[in-house]
Amino acid sequence: MTGEVSPSESLVRVDDISGLSSVPVARVAGRLDSVVIRFAGDSGDGMQLTGSQFATTSALIGNDIATMPDFPAEIRAPAGTLPGVSAFQLQFSSGEIFTPGDEPDVLVAMNAAALKVNLGTLRHGRTIIANTDGFDKGNLSKSGYATNPLEDGSLDGFRLISIPITTLTMKALEESPLAKPEKQMSKNFYALGVLYWLYSRPLEATETWIQSKFAKTPDICEANLTALRGGYAYADASELFDARYEVPAAAQQPGLYRNISGNKAMALGLYAASVKSGLPLFLGSYPITPASDILAELARLKPQGVITFQAEDEIAAVCAAIGASFAGAIGLTTTSGPGVALKSEGIGLAVMTELPLVIVNVQRGGPSTGLPTKTEQADLLQALCGRNGECPVVVLAPQSAADCFDVAFEAVRIAVTHMTPVFVLSDGYIANGSEPWLVPLESDLPAISVHHHVDPETFHPFSRDPETLARPWAVPGTPGLEHRVGGLEHSNITGNISYDPQVHEEMVGLRAEKVARVARDFAPAEPFGDSSGDLLVVGWGGTFGALRTAVNQARSRGLRVSHLHLRHLNPLPENLGDVLARFSRVLVAELNLGQLDMVLRARYLRNTIRYSKVQGQPFRSTEILDAIDRALEGDPQ
Amino acid sequence: MSTLTVNGDAPAPPVYTKRDFVSDQTIRWCPGCGDYAILDAVQKVFAGLGIPRENFVMISGIGCSSRLPYYVNTFGFHTIHGRAPAIATGIKVTRPDLSVWVATGDGDALSIGGNHLLHALRRNVDIKILLFNNRIYGLTKGQYSPTSEAGKKTKTSPYGSVDQPVDPIAYALASGATFVARSIDVYGEHLRNVLTRAASHRGTAFIEILQNCPIFNDGAFASVQDRKERPDNTLELEHGQPLLFGRDRNRGIQLRNFLPENVAVEEGAEPAQELLRHDETNPSLSYLLSQLRQPEFPVPIGVFRAVEQESYDAGVHRQIEEARAAARKPGNLDSLLRQGDIWEATAPKA
Repeated sequence: MTGEVSPSESLVRVDDISGLSSVPVARVAGRLDSVVIRFAGDSGDGMQLTGSQFATTSALIGNDIATMPDFPAEIRAPAGTLPGVSAFQLQFSSGEIFTPGDEPDVLVAMNAAALKVNLGTLRHGRTIIANTDGFDKGNLSKSGYATNPLEDGSLDGFRLISIPITTLTMKALEESPLAKPEKQMSKNFYALGVLYWLYSRPLEATETWIQSKFAKTPDICEANLTALRGGYAYADASELFDARYEVPAAAQQPGLYRNISGNKAMALGLYAASVKSGLPLFLGSYPITPASDILAELARLKPQGVITFQAEDEIAAVCAAIGASFAGAIGLTTTSGPGVALKSEGIGLAVMTELPLVIVNVQRGGPSTGLPTKTEQADLLQALCGRNGECPVVVLAPQSAADCFDVAFEAVRIAVTHMTPVFVLSDGYIANGSEPWLVPLESDLPAISVHHHVDPETFHPFSRDPETLARPWAVPGTPGLEHRVGGLEHSNITGNISYDPQVHEEMVGLRAEKVARVARDFAPAEPFGDSSGDLLVVGWGGTFGALRTAVNQARSRGLRVSHLHLRHLNPLPENLGDVLARFSRVLVAELNLGQLDMVLRARYLRNTIRYSKVQGQPFRSTEILDAIDRALEGDPQ
Repeated sequence: MSTLTVNGDAPAPPVYTKRDFVSDQTIRWCPGCGDYAILDAVQKVFAGLGIPRENFVMISGIGCSSRLPYYVNTFGFHTIHGRAPAIATGIKVTRPDLSVWVATGDGDALSIGGNHLLHALRRNVDIKILLFNNRIYGLTKGQYSPTSEAGKKTKTSPYGSVDQPVDPIAYALASGATFVARSIDVYGEHLRNVLTRAASHRGTAFIEILQNCPIFNDGAFASVQDRKERPDNTLELEHGQPLLFGRDRNRGIQLRNFLPENVAVEEGAEPAQELLRHDETNPSLSYLLSQLRQPEFPVPIGVFRAVEQESYDAGVHRQIEEARAAARKPGNLDSLLRQGDIWEATAPKA
């Protein structure tokens, strides 16, 4: 996700740890290009924390990283049960990477349930580090194991490393004044210490974090530090591991980096747009997974003057944002698919009154309540078409966690300069996942030039900019601009209510043309790879990493495959038809049943190859690579 | 309008007449509709508030009442069904300097928009909500509304409605409203007084206006609209005054066993000790008054409740100011972007 590494280099990959198990028992140091670790345990075991600490430390020593939390919708299902398992996967690398990895090289299983839920993600020959204390009779029966998998030979195909992590943590904390349950809470840091040793990571960053996080509870602080160091020392002293590894720093563009999640980047991008436009930011929102973090992030920006309104429902949230926009602010609402369903009528009002509005949809599995914590891209047609009447809006989609910043910024710019609602389609995968972000300087960000109309002499509520067709933004409090807008059809220029058939047709056309002209405002489509070839892989949104990884791999094998990842879904880039025509085959890969594919087929009359997945999980790059191979076997279209 | 300047100093409040608030739009209400009288009162009151015309914003939902903004020459927004309080909230919180008014009806406010009304009231957003209650759906041509009386026969309730009606005043009180009043469309003087008081209230002001629909529910409020009958059929609430009514002021409301009684007051006698005295700050009394129903009791009109409480928008901006003051160095964008897990990558490695 960072740096300039050629496709072929980024794919070189030393094989798994288990490949080295045949090496004579000596403490060899291996160099790996990239490693994928999956930490799994009970929701209360601190796996998200453990994983993100490992990621931060890896980033600090210069690896490229990508992370993916995978947690249940339930806050804390009963301990030891399958629904209570929470996992965190990360990939760290000395080369450029785009995803948290298809499958783990190492699975850390803190109990039997964690093993059972996650074993399916692990290929034979990979490593399992199991906390044997999490495999007692109770754990086994709660997770449906008749016999102990650590002992019954069922894991023979894996490299199994059994460690009594809880027992060892208790032993390390013998002198701590804490009670037993509190001591046990430190076991995740013990496990982290073991992994730090195994991959030659320094402890300092996590030590510093513990010291600041637990400054007010010195006993807990001390226990966590002891557990972390204890795990590290244990791995060093025991003979469990016959080798330890290094993953050298990646080549990165110099600069200041920040490990950031999509939701955080989104919040910052929206605020940055407020700063660069000089307009106040108003967020109307109702809590919903997986979008709530954006509301929480922006609620912290009180000293910066950001207004957040936690509304009584999704409808009030969008309506308050529309009100704020009418009053001259950046009106913003953040939600997920079910919330968008409720906001539809409000969005239609913003389209009809031609007010700026930004709607962020962090997509999750649907329909209905669906899979609240799982990812999907099935709200594209909802964004494009999900309102009554001819109701065009601009639709953008960020491709990665860090990209949420840029897309949020662009969404505001388009909304306030073109006087139109703009959808941002994020998803649960990039919203919660994180990656390094080369932090921009405020001075490097483009200014957003926007003016509220002030001159009564030239004022008509629905006169239009000849270039963009945007109407003037005339806010209350401006003398001489008193006027009325509303959801009823009205005449161009005057805004007077009109049910005249010709007026309606004219206005429907103007609203559509205004949105279409947004395409003049962004760069044309430019495929990655070659500008023509045997196959173009087309995607949008959070699938970027898997698609780019697969296309890189295909190209390194000499295949004439390129990748086009669409950021602008409405309007589409003006040259898109030409780009598609330069490839003999087009593969459209989406986490839905083919929604973009339907649009492209309808728009360009192009026979495309559809690749779909709807499992609540992101694509694996190997799946895309297989789809590329199959597509190339077929005849050109 | 004219603007007076005193000795070249800051301009005095603008002086307007009703005409300054008349828009150029053709009014499309039915002849005889109570909405005309309400529009007249609104325009006259706005002219006298000393607020610059451009600082008024009139928001509405959907329904006959919600056409009002088109006819008032201020900033106006005719929105979607039931959502006017939510849109007004967004405007007022963004721009506390504006005078924000909501025009709504019984269906708009209490049926499809019941949730937003509840939350605007309990938050105490500084907006003024005028609820035109005609106890019928007019714009959709005569279906029963949430304030229609039980048993009402309409085209969608040919056997009579089995719904129990909601009482707007009781609803507002239970929602925690800080200003609750009732008036009558054609009782101009009273309506203007109530609107003027509402304008000066800092917080949500809720006013139920009994309004006649001559087409679909004619005469629903005839007994209180008729100038001659009105004194016998209404109880005009005045803070601190005993609850007396009747054209001869010879009836009163007293309390026995926690229940109100409509009693005779003898001419010339000192108002009986037992007569209730209105207190706009007493929530129990306000609720009790909201429950007085014809024919046993007169219809109370005037201000049921008026109390001081920080408005939502004022609270939001106070919090922003406090947070700004507390932050030793309010973070600029660059410092915000450089928080969290950050590190410096110096030179690309070979």
